[in-house]
Amino acid sequence: MPGFFLIILLCAAWTAAASPAEVREFKLDNGLKLIVKEDHRAPVVVSQVWYKVGSSYEHSGITGLSHVLEHMMFKGTRKHGPNEASRIISANGGQENAFTGRDYTAYYQQLEKSRLPVSFELEADRMRNLLLKQDEFVKEVQVVMEERRLRTDDDPESLTYEHFAATAFHNGPYQNPVIGWMGDLENMTLADLKQWYKTWYAPNNATVVVVGDVQPDEVFALAKKYFGPLKPSKLMPLKPRHEVEQKGLRRAVVKAPAELPYLLMGYQTPSLTASQGADGEPYALEVLSGILSGGNSARLAKHLVREERIAASAGAGYNLYSRAPDLFMLEGTPAQGRSVAELEQALRDQIKRLQDEPVSEAELARIKAQVVASKVYEQDSTFGQAMQIGTLVTVGLDWRLQDSYLDRINAVTAEQIQQAARKYLIDDHLTVAVLEPLPLDPNKKPRGASDGHLGGGNVR
Amino acid sequence: MYVKAWIGAILFALCSVAQAGPQIEQWQTHNGARVYLVAAPELPMVDVRVVFDAGSARDGGKSGLAALTNGLLDDGAKTADGELNADQIAERFADLGAQFGTAADRDMASVSLRSLTKPDLLQPALQAVAAILTQPSFPQNGFEREQSRVLTHLQAQEQSPGEIAGKTFFKAVYGEHPYATQALGNPDSIKQLTRDDLIAHHNRYYVAHNAVVAIVGAVTRKEAETIAETLVDKLPEGEPSPKLSKVHDLDASSTIEIPHPSAQTHILVGQPGISRDDPDYFPLVVGNHILGGNGLVARLAEEIREKRGLSYSTYSYFQPMREPGPYTLGLQTRNEQTSEALKVLRDTLKDYVEHGPTAAELKAAKQNITGGFALRIDSNANLLDYLALIGFYQLPLDYLDSYNRKVEQVTLEQIRDAFKRRIKPEQMVTVIVGGGAQPNQN
Repeated sequence: MPGFFLIILLCAAWTAAASPAEVREFKLDNGLKLIVKEDHRAPVVVSQVWYKVGSSYEHSGITGLSHVLEHMMFKGTRKHGPNEASRIISANGGQENAFTGRDYTAYYQQLEKSRLPVSFELEADRMRNLLLKQDEFVKEVQVVMEERRLRTDDDPESLTYEHFAATAFHNGPYQNPVIGWMGDLENMTLADLKQWYKTWYAPNNATVVVVGDVQPDEVFALAKKYFGPLKPSKLMPLKPRHEVEQKGLRRAVVKAPAELPYLLMGYQTPSLTASQGADGEPYALEVLSGILSGGNSARLAKHLVREERIAASAGAGYNLYSRAPDLFMLEGTPAQGRSVAELEQALRDQIKRLQDEPVSEAELARIKAQVVASKVYEQDSTFGQAMQIGTLVTVGLDWRLQDSYLDRINAVTAEQIQQAARKYLIDDHLTVAVLEPLPLDPNKKPRGASDGHLGGGNVR
Repeated sequence: MYVKAWIGAILFALCSVAQAGPQIEQWQTHNGARVYLVAAPELPMVDVRVVFDAGSARDGGKSGLAALTNGLLDDGAKTADGELNADQIAERFADLGAQFGTAADRDMASVSLRSLTKPDLLQPALQAVAAILTQPSFPQNGFEREQSRVLTHLQAQEQSPGEIAGKTFFKAVYGEHPYATQALGNPDSIKQLTRDDLIAHHNRYYVAHNAVVAIVGAVTRKEAETIAETLVDKLPEGEPSPKLSKVHDLDASSTIEIPHPSAQTHILVGQPGISRDDPDYFPLVVGNHILGGNGLVARLAEEIREKRGLSYSTYSYFQPMREPGPYTLGLQTRNEQTSEALKVLRDTLKDYVEHGPTAAELKAAKQNITGGFALRIDSNANLLDYLALIGFYQLPLDYLDSYNRKVEQVTLEQIRDAFKRRIKPEQMVTVIVGGGAQPNQN
């Protein structure tokens, strides 16, 4: 659905793609980048158009604009009426959708391989010729508000994350939710959207990624035919908006109707984009997140869930490919009869252990074995392969980084992990948010540890 | 019309030569498990899934038993070289770069393995899965931990209006049928389960005559035979699960309202739908594609989202199961708009049942479904899902090959007729969860 909004929060630690297949990069005269990867296993193709714009390009007062614009991109051009592009893709047997993240907005179609021109024709058309009309906007912004209620307002954990991010970031670009604050959605205007579209939707701000049963030179010819005539824009350089260094631990409490408490913790960390972090540090953090939560054998599952039974679930996450400095995240739900304070302490103990003692060779080898295998597994999904390329390019990295990923991970040592933990996972750079459940029915007593429903004979 | 459909079928038959589906091989292990293979030599990896007719429809009144049994399989197992605990099993798979998972729904309980095909990686992974399947130890401490984690999961459902609506809907549609309860169970039933219940469930249902092995990957027929034998060799032959009881049609409409302090109200409307082998399968599924199955292009999305901005997501779908799974229509909308949105949903359904689709709609739907055929089988992961489905429900081996042809053969008249006979807007369950914060009476 247009509007599937994506924020890579606690994703699996290992997501870089392998690329033994050839990848070709082209550039059109108008600045549009085209990257083609051949995958001839099935007669299909995925085509994705990535724009360098997302919620991290927005500021207070206009939050949610990139995502609402993504919805409006389905509402027609001079050539095609509202939703007509979707009907055309459908009649060609295609699947389509779009997603907005903090650092990108992307549109895609998955089609039988001969239908690629259909996708290019429609994407080129709406890249420059979108008709933004008031009557469509009035309805669509209501749809987005419904989406916000569904995904955030009525989901206590998601709501907690939103307040967490607003606390962890003071002036950096990741402070605001991708979907936007409700107040900003209510006050958004068509003029805001027109300005945003004019600013960012241009061939020289876009990358087209095609993966599938195609010949790169033929795809290049198609791209020239459809995207070639589009005029480039003069792009304003993006101001860096460096997040200020945190000067002490921050806490946020979110009270909302819920059954379960929930804990989120995040440490200010660098990511891979230029000049962030010393050499190798982001990769050390990547391995560190694998040590903690790379599957059922990792430390959080083993110690917190199984051995100590403090957590019903717990996870760690680090996004190597954020455009701006980001957070190393920890999250969890306490086990029955355990408190969120105990869970926080247990997670902090795990961090302390990483600072105090080097990880074992067995754990390091285990992480690396998983990475080697997952580089093969990732090739089973053309969509995933295209996502990797599109993400890297759109956050300003070289897509060839995915080729060196395995070597970089293999080069990480136990000492580097320990150093990264000591340098970055420190209290002064930590933000903690806790969801405090309010009763779902205010006329019932709040649930407590003595409540029979919670306790049960099997729980200590 | 008859002629047009006939020509379409011929044209399609020509197309479908070019679009021939994957070659499926099928055989049985020595102890009677059915094996399905699609060779996919391109990537040096293999996906394996063993599916048992051991989903929550086999709970036998102990709601949550099947899912808990399935989820606890990898908590400990006896192998040739001694007993492995949960940590050792997890480490074994991780060290090999293998990915292991378990899953249970109402019909199926399964375990899945994804591994590289290098023998020194694949063999130990297969040995571990075989031990998990055939000699799980169900340790008492692991049982208690997972029991407690299920209780937490059930609590999490209670804070989600969508989850509450889903559970309530099944209960109302299925009454006393085993499909009425969710696989996860409920707090009371979960607390009453014992380790012995799990052992008994495993002994009864995790048997070769109740098992299907699906394999997709870079293996030959001979290698696949060895894989299948390795996995299920030690399973007793056992008995297939008995036939499930019949699902009864609803005889009256009912509405269930559940207050929830949410900003939105979740609405589900529906009735029992179709089984996997239903004679009306294609007219109903193609017909539903037009009504609410094809995303934003479908009628429900057009009426509710595109024209009126009432909901982010609105849809309808059949969930074909062993016995008739539900037919569900749904949406979420802010509390104040509940009656308006529900009315549009009901009117759209009613109009569709009365008049059926237009010829243009049917044509577009067929183009979408048949034109997207290649996409549905474009990865090993997708193929494995289909293979497991074909094996579990014993669908014909040409199921994928003939799918497009059967879609092409569906006529307007068949859709109208099937919807009129089978879909009863006047005899549906309606579940409404939401309404916002309740006034505080204290």
